[in-house]
Amino acid sequence: MLEILKNPWPWYISGPLISLTMVILMVLGGHFGISSTLRSICSILGAGRVAEFFRFDWEAQGWNLVFVLGAIFGGFLASHFLTANTAFTIHRDTIEALKALGISFQNEYLPTDIFNWASLASPKGILIMVLGGFMVGFGTRWAGGCTSGHAMSGLSNLQIPSLIAVIGFFIGGLIMTHFIFPFIFSS
Amino acid sequence: MKKLFPFFLTGIFFGIVMYKSEAISWFRIQEMFRFDSFHMYGIIGSALGCGLLIMQAAKRGIIRDINSENIIAKNKEKGVYRYLFGGTIFGMGWALTGACPGPLYILLGSGYSVFIVVILSAMLGVLSYGLLKDKLPH
Repeated sequence: MLEILKNPWPWYISGPLISLTMVILMVLGGHFGISSTLRSICSILGAGRVAEFFRFDWEAQGWNLVFVLGAIFGGFLASHFLTANTAFTIHRDTIEALKALGISFQNEYLPTDIFNWASLASPKGILIMVLGGFMVGFGTRWAGGCTSGHAMSGLSNLQIPSLIAVIGFFIGGLIMTHFIFPFIFSS
Repeated sequence: MKKLFPFFLTGIFFGIVMYKSEAISWFRIQEMFRFDSFHMYGIIGSALGCGLLIMQAAKRGIIRDINSENIIAKNKEKGVYRYLFGGTIFGMGWALTGACPGPLYILLGSGYSVFIVVILSAMLGVLSYGLLKDKLPH
């Protein structure tokens, strides 16, 4: 049993389990939308002093912060007790295309030669981690949601704004991957 | 005040699912944006398929919350610009960091400690949005 859990989970198991997360949150009286927790943390840290946007009842969203704490712990548990012995099955074409950009795949979740503390001293590392993170925060708040809030909760509820947002997610992702990556990584 | 512990347990469940599904993998996100693998589309598609059924069941009162009250999913505000422009900026960040907000947290928990920097940067992005909100089209 544990061996089955340790192997990578196929998409047709994972997808329905993500929607199970959504329905549990709804039954508990919450909803599935993770990016708004970043706004709550800003409010807790006192951002209400500089912008009206952060003067809201974040305590009513406290359940979402607890959910996110659980997710952090879930990542910890999975990485300690449920790691697979098998290799990742990233598609050959992706690995080759990234290799051509100088990004090596070393059977990890992410390219560890980019995502590490030392690389924060390089312009490339700052661009990817700091600017990338900034865009995730700025973009999700402007769009009013991320993959969970729009692609899952919104689209499941047939919301046109969420469809526009998800189209935007892909426009941005495709532009970055196909047109901007070559400039960032060829240097 | 809602009981909070069930939310913590749900979060643990979600973190494990995202880790084991490899949806938190930078390389999986690249595969998706390069259309090289069905994996991420399968995850999002099957999650969405189940999600549609769940929402319909909730609307018809088949699924109710723990106080046996109807679940109300709020409608999103109308608009185009905020969703298109905000969505595009997030999409660029998603490709760069290989993570949307959920995976940012989960990667941190999985031991990629440098993701605290990515999360702080995301908070800086949210703060900047809060300061510029009235000047942006929505």
